[in-house]
Amino acid sequence: MYANVLGLLQRKPPVVRVVPLSGRYAPHAGDLVIGIVTDVQGSFWLLDIGAARWAPLHMTGTPWKIDFGETGEYLQVGDAVVVAVEQIENTGRIGVTMNGEGLGKLEGGTLVTVSPAKIPRVIGKGGSMIATLTRATECKLVVGQNGRIWVDGPLDGVHRVRTALELIELEGQRRGLTERVERFLASGERRLELPNAAPPEPSQDELEFRTDPGTGENSFPE
Amino acid sequence: MGNVGASEVPQLIGPDGLRIDGRRVDELRALRVVAGPLKRADGSAFVEWGANKVMAAVYGPREVHPRHLQVNDKAIVQCRYNMAAFSVDERKRPGLDRRSQEISKVIAEAFESVVFAEEFPRTSIDVYIEVLQANAGTRCAGIVAASVALADAGIPMVDLLPSVAVGKVGGHIVLDLKKEEDNFGEADLPMALVPQSGRLVLLQMEGHMTASELGRALDLGVTGCRAIYEKMKQALRDRYSVDPPQAMAEAAA
Repeated sequence: MYANVLGLLQRKPPVVRVVPLSGRYAPHAGDLVIGIVTDVQGSFWLLDIGAARWAPLHMTGTPWKIDFGETGEYLQVGDAVVVAVEQIENTGRIGVTMNGEGLGKLEGGTLVTVSPAKIPRVIGKGGSMIATLTRATECKLVVGQNGRIWVDGPLDGVHRVRTALELIELEGQRRGLTERVERFLASGERRLELPNAAPPEPSQDELEFRTDPGTGENSFPE
Repeated sequence: MGNVGASEVPQLIGPDGLRIDGRRVDELRALRVVAGPLKRADGSAFVEWGANKVMAAVYGPREVHPRHLQVNDKAIVQCRYNMAAFSVDERKRPGLDRRSQEISKVIAEAFESVVFAEEFPRTSIDVYIEVLQANAGTRCAGIVAASVALADAGIPMVDLLPSVAVGKVGGHIVLDLKKEEDNFGEADLPMALVPQSGRLVLLQMEGHMTASELGRALDLGVTGCRAIYEKMKQALRDRYSVDPPQAMAEAAA
């Protein structure tokens, strides 16, 4: 038996499953996601929700009364919206709606993107992480299942939320994450100090190599 | 390609049976694979193989542009193999030429046969391969980089696709030709293998070889691919291990 995606093996007899570590957002019905308008048509908009396909948002799926051709007066390319995934059709079409509590157009604020795989850690058990972040920074948060997070509030607070999200992205697999984030927020620090964290990208000296002056060939530090 | 037209052919295999860079006939050049060096792409990989340097980036599955290329029941795999102007001794005219178009096509077809395209109808999986420095075997280095990048992008696949060129040089069947061996040798045979099934999904040949030599060359190439396969898997493990520096220290100890 082989896995077809890169991921972690999880054994819970009799179930064996592979938890993907990367890949685009895989939408599920009921997910709350943040989309960005990429195209405006006569009766619908196309939203980039970070999935494999663009998701059409029909004008009937909005709280507004719109006549055909007036879609551009409500949402334009580049606007951010909070929508819910209604259904995935077997053609792969992702149906979304803006009708529902907490759904609508986003005004102001900042969008931060993390890997969709890390969203459960951003939310925390029963929303504990969101509560921690909101309490410490006086910011409003909307967390989309597709890895997009909308933050609005005082500039300093937004900055600290952003940094805390970086911390979660880097150390999301460690235990005691909520405590670690609490400590970071309480410290009033704006920068991250990560003694043990994985570097976000391979550092410059890791990519360096030596050239043998004798042969002109490259050799690699072992 | 300084002296392609030179009349004298250098001695490519010495009396001791070693090649011009001191390798045995069945020895690979030093290979290093790094998964995930690019942040913007969905998946990426960098390969340094002898004096070859190749970067690969994967985007998708994503919307197909232009729309008419989209296929209703599966994803399409598009590939662009490109050599940088500065990748060879004499400046290469930038952009796609006939050689790179052909290589792009065969690489796209090789990946089409290992990617589970049915999972993403009407989308495109785009593979970009940029050769920064070339020293023979760049399409193989490109395939190695691109398949690590595809795995890094989380795209479901049958398997990774290790790839290597075998050839005939100075009457010997040799593994992993370098530039001089490619230019002055008798034959060049790049291949890409699905290790799990033993299936070859890319096989090209230039030059002359007897049928029995071809058999030996294929065997040698498959052995080479399996060694490369291990390095590719290790690159992905390193990328996703909890603490890469620590893991590397442990590997060294």
